[in-house]
Amino acid sequence: MSTLVIAEHDNTNLKPATLNTVAAANVIGGAVHILVAGHSCQSVADEAAAVDGVEKVILADDSAYENQLAESTANLIKLISSDYSHILAPATTFGKNVLPRLSALLDVQQISEITEVVSEDTFKRPIYAGSCIATVKSSDAVKVITVRATAFDPVDASGGSASVESISADGVSDLSSFVNEEIAQSDRPELTAASIVISGGRGMQSGDNFHLLETIADKLGAAVGASRAAVDAGFVPNDYQVGQTGKIVAPDLYIAVGISGAIQHLAGMKDSKVIVAINKDEDAPIFQVADYGLVADLFNALPELSEQL
Amino acid sequence: MKIVVPIKRVVDYNVKVRPLGDQSDVDLNNVKMAMNPFCEIAIEEAVRLKEAGTATEVIAVTVGKTDSQEQLRTALALGADRAILVETDSLLEPLAIAKALSKVIEAESPQLVILGKQAIDGDNNQTGQMLAALLNYGQATFASEISIDGNSASVTREIDGGLQTIQVSLPAIVTTDLRLNEPRYASLPNIMKAKKKELDVQPIDAMGLDTAPRMELLSVELPAARQEGIKVESVEELVGKLKNEAKVIS
Repeated sequence: MSTLVIAEHDNTNLKPATLNTVAAANVIGGAVHILVAGHSCQSVADEAAAVDGVEKVILADDSAYENQLAESTANLIKLISSDYSHILAPATTFGKNVLPRLSALLDVQQISEITEVVSEDTFKRPIYAGSCIATVKSSDAVKVITVRATAFDPVDASGGSASVESISADGVSDLSSFVNEEIAQSDRPELTAASIVISGGRGMQSGDNFHLLETIADKLGAAVGASRAAVDAGFVPNDYQVGQTGKIVAPDLYIAVGISGAIQHLAGMKDSKVIVAINKDEDAPIFQVADYGLVADLFNALPELSEQL
Repeated sequence: MKIVVPIKRVVDYNVKVRPLGDQSDVDLNNVKMAMNPFCEIAIEEAVRLKEAGTATEVIAVTVGKTDSQEQLRTALALGADRAILVETDSLLEPLAIAKALSKVIEAESPQLVILGKQAIDGDNNQTGQMLAALLNYGQATFASEISIDGNSASVTREIDGGLQTIQVSLPAIVTTDLRLNEPRYASLPNIMKAKKKELDVQPIDAMGLDTAPRMELLSVELPAARQEGIKVESVEELVGKLKNEAKVIS
């Protein structure tokens, strides 16, 4: 039994979600290998080789993989898949794009976004926006799995000394090509990696008012998030969205401001360690999951909070 | 240009789903069903492409039981020209659904297939990508903007860090994210007209596919409940609790 973990990276750094995915692979058991497919990404392979408990890193460094588009990446993984009993990727937009394509190429039913490894063939995963947790057993010869990063504590980024084996590009597809990317630049931590997240909802009333959250975020070293309602209203861009169809976060502290607490939002944050809700509607469902609820007008409470931090 | 839009009948997004008493599955007795919200966005995008003169025909397809005809009629009322039900009595997994859809698409040979990025029941987020693999089409998932340009489409995708634009050769698979468009409501005259539109039923058995399940559902349970919290009276009390009780800020 051995597991291939598909590295998430930007050709320079290994993304933290890879470490959580390796953690899930360790629970399954057996040897863990990491595939780094990218371009000019030796530094990523070096980082991957240092990850605790990894036996081997497979490096496919070629311009064909620069943007890690689904077609070529899935073809490449398929070509090396026969050595593995499990193939794992983080359930990020990268993993969600590539792995189902691989899964169909292998004639395998993927298991999406697992939150627990019960045994080598049995896993738990949330369904219906996390309203229920399903335990499923796969009969496929190869298990293709995406992993919810927040459900597994990351392994150590150092301590390992894996060998690095280079492979050449193969199965390169020209069905799609990269045009450009607009990656949001921010000095704040990444939403999914932050230990504190402060999110705003429709109650923020405008995008401008998000500066009230940003001031507090900067004092706490927090990331800023939003509910779908705030994104749909155009207050902030979609990469702020926390919820069933956005990002899943589980920080030490989650502060929900002006968020009513629809099940779709709760799906993205209810595994946070401590939840604070600030809302002027005392019947808002967000208070049912909050450890500390403050019924108040956010336009009074936020400046006061900022002052006291 | 012909567009095929696969859709899915799911539990309405307002319903709070619970496990059955014996935890063997979710309890779907007497719950309200609807078209998956991401599928509505897919239909809307296809209809807009037709209204703009880019597309000539929009075909809605679903794989499911007889009662899925209800959602196909909704798709027709929203502007699809005709509909196809691949009928099955079994609850199929995404791979099997993708296989059935691939047969329909091979027969219809559209230039574009638009579908929702995920269904809000299983939250799998697989079918579009699988369909692309089975047909050897390019894929543009999580789309927030689509523009058709001759033999290719330029698609802006919502990715974790922001936005990515890719070019994909046609025919291609596009899956929809939330901000692609805001779906319209079906008007009463259109609902009436939809009843007369063509709805073709094809039995899945005639397709000769391996649709046997690969996964066994062992149990369905409620997630661990959070301990009940408290209400604080002031910002000061809140900050005190976070510092001294929860110890999450210093």
